Amino acid sequence: MSIKGTDIVKKLPEGGKKNCRECGLPTCFAFAMKLASGGISLDKCPYISPQVKAELADALAPPINLVTIGHGENALQIGNEEVLYRHEKTFIHQPGIALLVSDEETEASIERKINKVRELRFDRVGLTLKADLLALYFESGDKSKFEALVRRAYEATDLGVVLISDDLDALFEARDIYASRKPLIYPITEENIDRAIPRIKQSPTPVGVRAETVEQLVPLTLKLKEAGIEEIVLDPGSGNLREAIAAQTLLRRAALKQKFRPLGYPTIALPCFMTKGELKEFVAASVFIIKYAGIIVISNADQYSLLPLLVQRLNIYTDPRMPLAVEEKVYEINEPNEQSPVLLTTNWSLTYFIVSSETEASKVPSWLCVKNSEGLGVVTAWAAGKFSADTIEPFIKRCGIEAKVNHRRLVIPGKVARIRGELEEAMSGWEVIVGPREASDIPAFLPELVKKWK
Amino acid sequence: MIYHPPIEVYAGRVREVVLGRGNKALKIGGENILPLHLFEGSVANPPRFALEVYDVEPADWPDWLLEPFGEVVSDPVNWARKCVNDFGAEAICLQLESTDPAGEAVSAEQAAALVKKVNDALDVPLIVYGTGDEKADVRVLSKVAEVCDSENLLLGPLLKENYEEIGKVALEHGHSVIAQSPVDINLMKELNIKLCKSFPANKIVIDPVSSGLGYGMEYSFTIIERAKQLAVIFKDGMMQMPIIANLGGECWKTKEAKAGREQGILWEAITATSLLLAGANILVLRHPESYKLVKEIVSG
Ligand code: SF4
Repeated sequence: MSIKGTDIVKKLPEGGKKNCRECGLPTCFAFAMKLASGGISLDKCPYISPQVKAELADALAPPINLVTIGHGENALQIGNEEVLYRHEKTFIHQPGIALLVSDEETEASIERKINKVRELRFDRVGLTLKADLLALYFESGDKSKFEALVRRAYEATDLGVVLISDDLDALFEARDIYASRKPLIYPITEENIDRAIPRIKQSPTPVGVRAETVEQLVPLTLKLKEAGIEEIVLDPGSGNLREAIAAQTLLRRAALKQKFRPLGYPTIALPCFMTKGELKEFVAASVFIIKYAGIIVISNADQYSLLPLLVQRLNIYTDPRMPLAVEEKVYEINEPNEQSPVLLTTNWSLTYFIVSSETEASKVPSWLCVKNSEGLGVVTAWAAGKFSADTIEPFIKRCGIEAKVNHRRLVIPGKVARIRGELEEAMSGWEVIVGPREASDIPAFLPELVKKWK
Repeated sequence: MIYHPPIEVYAGRVREVVLGRGNKALKIGGENILPLHLFEGSVANPPRFALEVYDVEPADWPDWLLEPFGEVVSDPVNWARKCVNDFGAEAICLQLESTDPAGEAVSAEQAAALVKKVNDALDVPLIVYGTGDEKADVRVLSKVAEVCDSENLLLGPLLKENYEEIGKVALEHGHSVIAQSPVDINLMKELNIKLCKSFPANKIVIDPVSSGLGYGMEYSFTIIERAKQLAVIFKDGMMQMPIIANLGGECWKTKEAKAGREQGILWEAITATSLLLAGANILVLRHPESYKLVKEIVSG
C-alpha cells in the first residue's frame, strides 16, 4: 500500500479525533490502520467528505490495477504486482500464456490449436501447468472469416480470449459475441481511441492499449480512466527485445516507485509478432516471463515449446520466502516391508518429487525418510546446517523408522557423502551407505544394493 | 500528469576480469548497470558465452546433443576446435570429468597434459572445471596451473574447503579462478572475503552454482540477481566479481531435455536467458543451437 495509517488518520473527520465509533471501530485511528492494511472499506465511515474519499481511494488502490480476463474457473487475473524483483517479496499473478490463432490459418490448423490449448496439461510438483488464453487474430481482411473463428472458439472452449483486430467494427462485433466472458480487446491506439470509447462503454470489457513508447501510453489511459474504464492492459509497442526490456522495466518502476497512476496497469507482450524463427520466439517469450509481462502471446503451443515456458513461469513465480515443501515423514514406496532399504532425503517438494519417482521406477520396495529442511534441496540444506548429523540423528529416532525395519542401514544422497562419517558416529548401530549423486541413478543403484544384501 | 522516465544511476561497478592472455584475451564484467539495462548506460563487455568440452566421451547424451559434434566427442582437442571454428564459441570450458575419484580417477599429470594440449590448440581463452571433489581438485587444478604456467586460464571451482591451496598455486602461475558457493549469498560473500586476503579481486569470477530449469533454477536466478544488485546498486566491493553460470550440464541431465531435440534446446536456452537476465556475465552452454539462440536474444 502506498499510504500509511498515520497519514490517513489526519484526513479523517475532525483531524481523526471524532471517534464516534460508527464505523464499528473504537477510534478513527483504529479505522485508519485497518484501511491501510486493506481490512475495511472506506464506506464504513459516513463522515468522510467526497473529496477526501476520492483522494484516499486513489492512495489506497494497489499501484498496479488488477485486471480479470475470461470468466468462471478459467478467469485469468493479472496485475496487482508489488515488487520489481522476486526476492523483495514475491511476484503474485503469473502471466497468462495466450496462443495466437489467425483467421488466415487453415481449418485443420485452427482445430489443432484449439484442441492443444484445451488439452495440453502438465503435472509437476503437485500442480497442473497449462496455457491460459486464446488470442484470436483478424488478419484476413474478411470479416466473415474472423467472425467464424470467434464463434468457433466461443463454442469450443470457455477459455478467456484476447481479440486482436485493427478494424474496430470487427473488434467490437467479436466483443459482442464474447460479451459475457470478459475478453481483452486489442489494440486501442491514439488513432482509434475516440471512436472506441463509446463502443467500449456499451459493454465494458478489459482494453489493451498500444502506443509506440511508454510515454505515449499516458494520454490514452487517462482518457479511458476519465470514461470510467479502468481494466486496462498496456503494450508499449517494442520492436526488439532490448527496447522491450527497457519499456517493461520503466513501466513497472513508474507504477511502483513513482506511483504514477496512468501507468499502473499490467502489460501484454507479443513475441509472436517480434521474431521469425520458431525457437527464437519462445526464448523471447521467456524474457517476458521474467520482465514483467501480464500476458504473453505465442504463435504455437506444442509440448516442446509450452512446457519449458510454463516451468520457467512456475519457477519465477514461486514465493521465494516459502519454498515448496512436503511433510516430514516416512513415505512408503512400492509397499516396503521390514527388510526394505531405508533412504534419506530433504523435504523440498522438487527433491521429494524426483527421488520418489525414481525410487518408484526402480521397482524396489523402499522407505523414504523425508527430513524437514525447510524446503531446501540436499546440498543447500547441508550448507545451511539443516541436513547434518546432529539434526538427522534425532529425526531418524522420531520418525519411527526403527520400528518398521529389522535392519539398521541408511542410504544417504551421494551429494552429501561427506557426512557419512559423522552420521555413523552420531547414530550408533547404524551403517550409513552413500547412494548416487543423481536421483536418475537410483533405478540402477537400488536393485544392486538389495542383491548385495541377499 | 507528466511522465518522467524513472531512469536510475548506479553507484557501483562490476570488476573487469580478463580471461586468457595476448590476442586470446577476453574481458568479462565491467558494467555499472543492471543486466541488459542498456537504456541506463552502456556496457564495456556484453555477456560472453563458452561451449563445453568433456575429457571423456559422453556416455548418456541423447542423439540430438551428439549430432552437432559428430566424431570429435572422443577427441577433446578437436571438439574444442570445432566449437570455436564452426559454432563461434568465445571461450571453451573444459570439464575434467575423468579426474573424478569415484570414476576413472585419471592422474593429475595426465589431466594437466590434456589441458595444455587443448589450450595450445585454441585461439580463445580456456575455462577449466574440476569435478568439485575438494581433495582431487587440489591435486588436479594445481598441476594444471603449473603445466599451463602464465596462460591465465580460468580455474575452478574453488570451494571454502580448498580455496587457499588452489588459489596459492593459481596465483603463482598467473591464472584466474572461480569461487563457488552453493546457492547462498552469505556463504558466497564470506568465501570472496577470505579468498581476497591472498588473491587479487580482479582475477576472481564467482559461481553461485547454476541449477537447470525446473530443478531449482529460481534459486540460482535469485542469488545472481541479488549478487548483481549488491555489486551495482549497493557498491559492495566483495560482490563486484563477474558471475559465471555453468549451466549446460545441469540442463542436459534433466528428463525434459533428454525427451526431445527442440525441448532440450529450449530447456537450455531458457535457463541461460533467465540467468542472463539475472546478471550472469559468462555462460557455459552445451548445445550450439541453444548458444546461437541466446546470443541472438542478447544482441537484439
Ligand atoms: S466512523 Fe469515521 S469518524 Fe467515526 S470513528 Fe469511525 S472513522 Fe472516525
